[in-house]
Amino acid sequence: MQHKATLPPWCLTGLVIGACSLPLVLLATQLARGQLGPDPAERLMQDTGEWALRGLALVLLASPLARAGWRGVFRYRRILGVSVFLYVSLHLLLFAQVYVGWSGALLIEELKERPYVLVGFSAWLSLLPLALTSTDSARRRLGRRWRQLHRLIYPATLLAWLHLLWLARSDVGEAVVYGLIFAVLLGWRLRRYRQRAR
Amino acid sequence: MTKRIYTDPSIASSDITPESVFLNRRAFIKASSGTAASALGISTALSSAGEPSGLIYKDAPDESLRAEQTPYDAVTTYNNFYEFGTDKSDPARHAHSMTTDPWTIKVGGLVDQPGELHLEDVMSGFDLEERIYRFRCVEAWSMVVPWIGFPLSALLKRFAPRAEGRFVEFKTLYRRSEMRGTRSFTSVIDWPYREGLRLDEAMHPLTLMAVGLYGKTLPNQNGAPLRLVVPWKYGFKSIKSIVEINVTAEQPETSWQTLQPSEYGFYANVNPEVDHPRWSQRFERKLPSSIFKPNRVPTLPFNGYQEQVAGLYEGMDLRQFY
Repeated sequence: MQHKATLPPWCLTGLVIGACSLPLVLLATQLARGQLGPDPAERLMQDTGEWALRGLALVLLASPLARAGWRGVFRYRRILGVSVFLYVSLHLLLFAQVYVGWSGALLIEELKERPYVLVGFSAWLSLLPLALTSTDSARRRLGRRWRQLHRLIYPATLLAWLHLLWLARSDVGEAVVYGLIFAVLLGWRLRRYRQRAR
Repeated sequence: MTKRIYTDPSIASSDITPESVFLNRRAFIKASSGTAASALGISTALSSAGEPSGLIYKDAPDESLRAEQTPYDAVTTYNNFYEFGTDKSDPARHAHSMTTDPWTIKVGGLVDQPGELHLEDVMSGFDLEERIYRFRCVEAWSMVVPWIGFPLSALLKRFAPRAEGRFVEFKTLYRRSEMRGTRSFTSVIDWPYREGLRLDEAMHPLTLMAVGLYGKTLPNQNGAPLRLVVPWKYGFKSIKSIVEINVTAEQPETSWQTLQPSEYGFYANVNPEVDHPRWSQRFERKLPSSIFKPNRVPTLPFNGYQEQVAGLYEGMDLRQFY
């Protein structure tokens, strides 16, 4: 009998977990070595935010890949999704620590007066229930409603992108690139949805 | 020769060391370190290699911020100079491509003697002095920088501004081949970078033309060979690598104000009471900052220079003219 030349799933799982932690490990190392410059908070805010956006794009890529034939992809989507939530949470923690200094009054003022903060916070809020229901048991318990709930990924994506766009000062290049990527990934779903509705 | 020297508002005159004592102490230090110019209170800068960098300057008239100076590495690796990219580390990585010698500054507009200044005229034609200033960026971080330079007023007087001149306009070098940031397709800045001051702001003794920092000539990323430093205004007013100066009757169009008038005003005086629409200006991260000790400090009106400059804006609503 011939063996198929594929890696066992646990091996790939380890690889995906490793890949998801890599940016964090690198950033932590650079931070510990003082290689993030005189304002490490700014670098960390930027990098955690960007890795979250990249992860989000990969999460959204899972369905098209499954459709193209790689059914096993969903096994790894969860790891990716939880990682995205962790990077966004880190991003938020840094904001609380460095930019508002854990002052409740200042946080409320930032949320009220600065739309990009509110938009970013809403993105985190929409990801929160997804992270909380990422276990097998939660998925079983919720049944059909799990899929409905997890459609929150779409508003979260739009909010995250709006957050990025709103932060651009003079160069919108990055926001345009992510915008195109998300437009393709969400557009693919919209097309499928219309085809099925017909 | 009498010179108008600025003072720091946080020091009472009773705290100031008498000049004789100060000079004696300094002479002693300099003599023991073998510097010939010591008795004159003049410093000869040494570069890291120990070679004189050519800058001869008078010591800072006010030393009160000396202990708070931001480390040289931070000052020269964390910069906003969008001509070389929008990331803080881009200027230090890419600004070396800018040719700063030869360099010509065109001075014109409403002046009686329009003309040009060459790099040599700038470096040898003015009495250089050190000024240790707070530097507050509109992005809510700050530094303390020991600049070397001369008052802008000294430069302007040479070209004899006319009575009808009320503003001064500045332009940064725009050379696409040497400035990769200006070649970005998605940048919305209309190059060259432009800034401006009211003539009385420009003539104020605190307003400095800097040619160096930390005793050395300016690194390219910090605006070599010649930049403006207006310590009571947000950093974007302190335009870098200047090639043109014009005295005008009308308020000049400035880059950030043109781009986003609701966020960046012409005056751009540091003001904790007027927020940037996207973030608060009440606090600043005094760099170097860290995650666990962010070094957040309250921002001071006019960046701590209220006593010297508030008079320039008497009767003006600073919320309207931000």
